[in-house]
Amino acid sequence: MTATVQTLEAMERPPVSMGSRLEGELLEVSMGPQHPSTHGVFRMNVALEGEIVRKLKPVFGYLHRNHEKIGENASYLGSMPYTDRLDYFCSMTNNWAYALSVEKLAGIEVPERAEYLRVILAELTRLQNHVSLLGFLLNDMGAWGTPLMYAFRDREKILDLFESLSGSRMMCDYMRFGGCRVDASPEWLARAKKIADIFPRFVDELEQLIVGNEVVIARTQNVGKLSSELAVSAGITGPMLRACGVNYDVRKVDGYGFYPRFKFRIPLGEHGDTYDRLMMRILEMHESVVILKQAFEQIPPGPIINPKVKIRAFRPPIGEAYGRIEGPKGELGFYLISDGGPNPYRYRVRPPSFINLTVLEDLCLGHTVADVMVILGSVDIVMGEVDR
Amino acid sequence: MEGLEQIKARIKAAVPGAKIDIVPNPSPANQPSLVIDNEHARDVARFLCDDPALRLDYCSNVTGIDWLDRSVKKTVKVKKVVDGEEKEVVETTEEKLPGYLEAVYHLYSMAHKHGPVIIRMRTADRAENACLPSLTPVWRSAEFQEREIFDLYGVRFDGHPDLRRILMWDEFEDHPMRKDYREPNDYEYEPTPHDDVLEKAKGHYTSRPAEEELKPS
Repeated sequence: MTATVQTLEAMERPPVSMGSRLEGELLEVSMGPQHPSTHGVFRMNVALEGEIVRKLKPVFGYLHRNHEKIGENASYLGSMPYTDRLDYFCSMTNNWAYALSVEKLAGIEVPERAEYLRVILAELTRLQNHVSLLGFLLNDMGAWGTPLMYAFRDREKILDLFESLSGSRMMCDYMRFGGCRVDASPEWLARAKKIADIFPRFVDELEQLIVGNEVVIARTQNVGKLSSELAVSAGITGPMLRACGVNYDVRKVDGYGFYPRFKFRIPLGEHGDTYDRLMMRILEMHESVVILKQAFEQIPPGPIINPKVKIRAFRPPIGEAYGRIEGPKGELGFYLISDGGPNPYRYRVRPPSFINLTVLEDLCLGHTVADVMVILGSVDIVMGEVDR
Repeated sequence: MEGLEQIKARIKAAVPGAKIDIVPNPSPANQPSLVIDNEHARDVARFLCDDPALRLDYCSNVTGIDWLDRSVKKTVKVKKVVDGEEKEVVETTEEKLPGYLEAVYHLYSMAHKHGPVIIRMRTADRAENACLPSLTPVWRSAEFQEREIFDLYGVRFDGHPDLRRILMWDEFEDHPMRKDYREPNDYEYEPTPHDDVLEKAKGHYTSRPAEEELKPS
């Protein structure tokens, strides 16, 4: 199977007539790095014909700090707080992916309560990531401020939960190899349950504002269409892949953690355009709440960390392991090679938002400059993870 | 999913002449991998992607590894004739293994939902011959990740559509993820057109008059 590059003809857009002076002439524009809609310091070199994008080359590296090299020079546990800084919206899932890989590498068992806590925190992270994405996306479409503030109001409730549990809103550093750092009190669980219970009401409210909105429909439907063949070949993961109708969710496929114990559905899109990607987030939030409700009912008492795991002089056996989880942005993986020493020989992050940008040019060709911002917003990137 | 031995046998049947080795993985993760030779790499990759039973259509993770030169000491018992008598003598030989760069691909199947199958390719050495065939024509997801390996490890991928630096700036010279990388004193220095202008402008400066000339006589 070969990757099919989307052509202009496939876009079904009416031809735009341009003045004779600009006919065939390309104007090169550098969008970013300092641009409010690029979600950080991200730059795109765009060649424009009139207002239509003919070429788009993303430029990375403004936030590059060689995370992987630092990981190779730090001890295994020393990298844990640093994974928070990858995708600073979802530190809990970053922690989990790293802990999972090290647990695979060293063959560590995780107690039952810790697995439940991990599921709860990962799904809360998914909720707050998706809700802030919707806020940002509406911001990019011109709904300045108000939807973003609504989104952040409800995101802040979840961040307060994180803060009371781990001590930090965004840089949680909560997971440990073989479990979690601190236990959740019954009061915390009751508070979290209350927030999860009222969350769908807010999602419904947001959905009502978005779904039928004329401006949203005009700006997102048939914009940035992605075919399922290209999406699979380009390694697109997460909601962006499922918006194309490909049923692939690592939670179901790998069944890591205790996900096989929960009943939930995987929402799938049909057209693979920006509107589907947007709706995918709303539907996933409803499913996350379904998982959370089951987890709050089932969570057993017990230890939260495997006591056999060494904290000092932690040296996994020689070998390598690749562990992956379904992060809110896509498949987040860590690839580790141990040479028997206290720090990994190779520490690699598989960043979902970086790889999801592979098709950015294919999505944007033939659209206007204003659509580029909406398409980029729907890909859902965080530069801390893209540049590493 | 079938085992690696079976996959190896089927690759050999499908791609004649391909050299495949299995790399064991002693860790509890139990993820052994296949080393494929560079000449047939793209044919093997195409086979893995298109084969109806395997259908590894999704290349999740592509990454580089730097293995430095190392020496392995081996102790061998050798029978030797010493003073007319045959004796067993322990001999230590030091074998020098040249270093190489490695590219690792983690493959999964979205169609059949299985995996991973891990394949790796090795360069001949760490300097001039650090070349590998690009697998971007097979899996588009390798495009940015191979560029990253080129940038940070210095592996050149033949057949890559757009091989440029991706995370470091274009004028940067070394490859920072290599194990023997040393940070230069001024790593942010990059030549600019301004340097040439300054050099030219020097010709226009009159030399500063000596202090004696300035003194009123």
